[in-house]
Amino acid sequence: MTDATASHTPQPGQGSETAKSSLFTVSPRTRRRNASERRFKAYGITAILLGLLFLCFLVYSILSKGLPAFTRTVAEVELTLTQAQIDEAESTLLKTGAYRDLMIAELGEVLGDVEPEAIQRIVGNPGAMLRNFYTANPDAIGTTVAFELPTASRVDGYFKGRITREGQANSTFLTPSDLDLADRMQEEGIIKREFNWQFLTGAEASDDNPVAAGIGVSVVGSFYMMFVVLALSLPIGVAASIYLEEFAPKNRFTDLIEVNISNLAAVPSIVFGILGLAFFIQFAGLPRSAPLVGGLVLTLMTLPTIIISTRASLRAVPPSIRDAALGVGASKMQSVFHHVLPLALPGILTGTIIGLAQALGETAPLLLIGMVGFVALRYPDTIASGFLDSNSAMPAQIYTWAARADQIFYEKAWGGIIVLLVFLLTMNIIAVILRRRFERRW
Amino acid sequence: MYDEPALESKVTNKDIKIAARNVQVFYGDTHAIKDVNVEIQDKTVTAFIGPSGCGKSTFLRCLNRMNDTIDICRVEGDILLDSEDIYDKRVDPVQLRAKVGMVFQKPNPFPKSIYDNVAYGPRIHGLAKNKADLDEIVEKSLRRGAIWDEVKDRLHAPGTGLSGGQQQRLCIARAVATEPEVLLMDEPCSALDPIATGQVEELIDELRDSYSVVIVTHSMQQAARVSQKTAFFHLGNLVEYGETSQIFTNPVDSRTESYITGRIG
Repeated sequence: MTDATASHTPQPGQGSETAKSSLFTVSPRTRRRNASERRFKAYGITAILLGLLFLCFLVYSILSKGLPAFTRTVAEVELTLTQAQIDEAESTLLKTGAYRDLMIAELGEVLGDVEPEAIQRIVGNPGAMLRNFYTANPDAIGTTVAFELPTASRVDGYFKGRITREGQANSTFLTPSDLDLADRMQEEGIIKREFNWQFLTGAEASDDNPVAAGIGVSVVGSFYMMFVVLALSLPIGVAASIYLEEFAPKNRFTDLIEVNISNLAAVPSIVFGILGLAFFIQFAGLPRSAPLVGGLVLTLMTLPTIIISTRASLRAVPPSIRDAALGVGASKMQSVFHHVLPLALPGILTGTIIGLAQALGETAPLLLIGMVGFVALRYPDTIASGFLDSNSAMPAQIYTWAARADQIFYEKAWGGIIVLLVFLLTMNIIAVILRRRFERRW
Repeated sequence: MYDEPALESKVTNKDIKIAARNVQVFYGDTHAIKDVNVEIQDKTVTAFIGPSGCGKSTFLRCLNRMNDTIDICRVEGDILLDSEDIYDKRVDPVQLRAKVGMVFQKPNPFPKSIYDNVAYGPRIHGLAKNKADLDEIVEKSLRRGAIWDEVKDRLHAPGTGLSGGQQQRLCIARAVATEPEVLLMDEPCSALDPIATGQVEELIDELRDSYSVVIVTHSMQQAARVSQKTAFFHLGNLVEYGETSQIFTNPVDSRTESYITGRIG
């Protein structure tokens, strides 16, 4: 009776009733409106809490599974090799095998009565590493050198809790008695855990030596690609948006272009991958697995994102600024470059960085153009190799690791995800900082 | 039925700065300005008055070809600035706008320093040979904009940090910095309080010595206070044009009378 509709139909007697309603009594209609507002707030809070819950779960699972990848288990051994021993090893047919036997013999002396096969199951095959060391440092021959031997992936897994004693009961790769030996070595201070720099700097590794696998080379590959993407998509995208937004006549043709750009932004990335394969590799003859091709494909993907965000930020610049510039006799181009573009810059930079971050995490197109190359080079050497040499990229590397048999690769895949996320987070933080720093009010 | 040409009162013997002949403006299919003929004198303040949507702002924007930026806008007829047709093919609108400056309804300083706001025009037109020259132009323009005393100690503070009235005077200073011959003002006081309005009006009166000023205003009091000539627009027609005193005291057309007495509009 006291609600608004009643007062709209003036009837004798009711007008005075409306006037008498107290401010202290809440009308049923108001109560309903307040209730629906409270309900809406509750929905919102629930949605945010759910989102936070999933985020916590995601972060927890990534960290718990990925952090072990940043440490490794090593056996510390001091070894003194004479020139005669080296010569003898070099004269055998299987040189690295001879070096390995020398190391195992040394360990056997330290540990006492242990069968050499057990030691080999724990430290894997350090032969190549030893030989590389003595070939590179001939001065070390005859002196005592402390070596850190990465333990086999199962031993590493045992100390990290990835592998249990029960699980190894019937294993021939690592027997329960080997685990006793490993525990003893840990107690004696021979085996210990340390930060795994090799994971950050290393290259992909074969199934024979899975502990050596690292993400370093694919980080470099990703950097090369991002460089190509930035160098191509930023100038092309910004120029295209400025032209479309400020200069192009508004007609059917430009409408068509606009619709196409919006559609391109929604095209699945694998389509860009197959386009890159067909055009850049098969037609243009660029090498496979090259960061240049990867960068070109990702540029195609990033362009629509950059164009859309740049156009949005150009449109957000108030027209009064353009009028002001034109009013004092600036040309169209001067008004754009002196006034509109600087104001739109924070938005453009944010869009670009978000586009780059998207490109950095893109996997599907890289699989099609073969950017999953097994790059058996170490990190410093690949720096020199350029845009046309085979390389890998972070997300593709993670993808390949996730599909490999040895469990340590699974751990490394999670570790790789942490590295990738750190990069993405850094880029997004830079985007936020740039936006804050350059944002101007008018 | 109201299509008869404007009734002009006797024109004093000042020079004609801008002459418009049979000007038609179309927005797409809409005929926004219908056959306007007007002669704007030099060193005079001319006010355009009329109800909203009557085309006075549209016509003002034709005078420095700001309407060129609107795709669907089409202008017919001749507008002569010192007997030269500004819609001639050979005319570069950018060069024209340096001669015909404009102040807008909403104060729109660039989000740069006060100094850079004023110096921008002279810089792009190459009016200053060196820094000292530019400093002088900036000071002179700010003095002309009657804002020098308020900002001389903070020339490098952002122009957007000033109050609304100060911003508008800064915009006027910016417009006069390029040494225009005509100054167009599109409702320059509509966003200002009475005190700031008073300051801007005083300024307009001073600018009359050097420029031909054309001002669009919704306030008839303002038109009466600042202008010597007044043009009354209604529904795209120039209904009446003459001495301000005559328009406000003794209008010839009945529509003008209705408008200034508040019966239409």
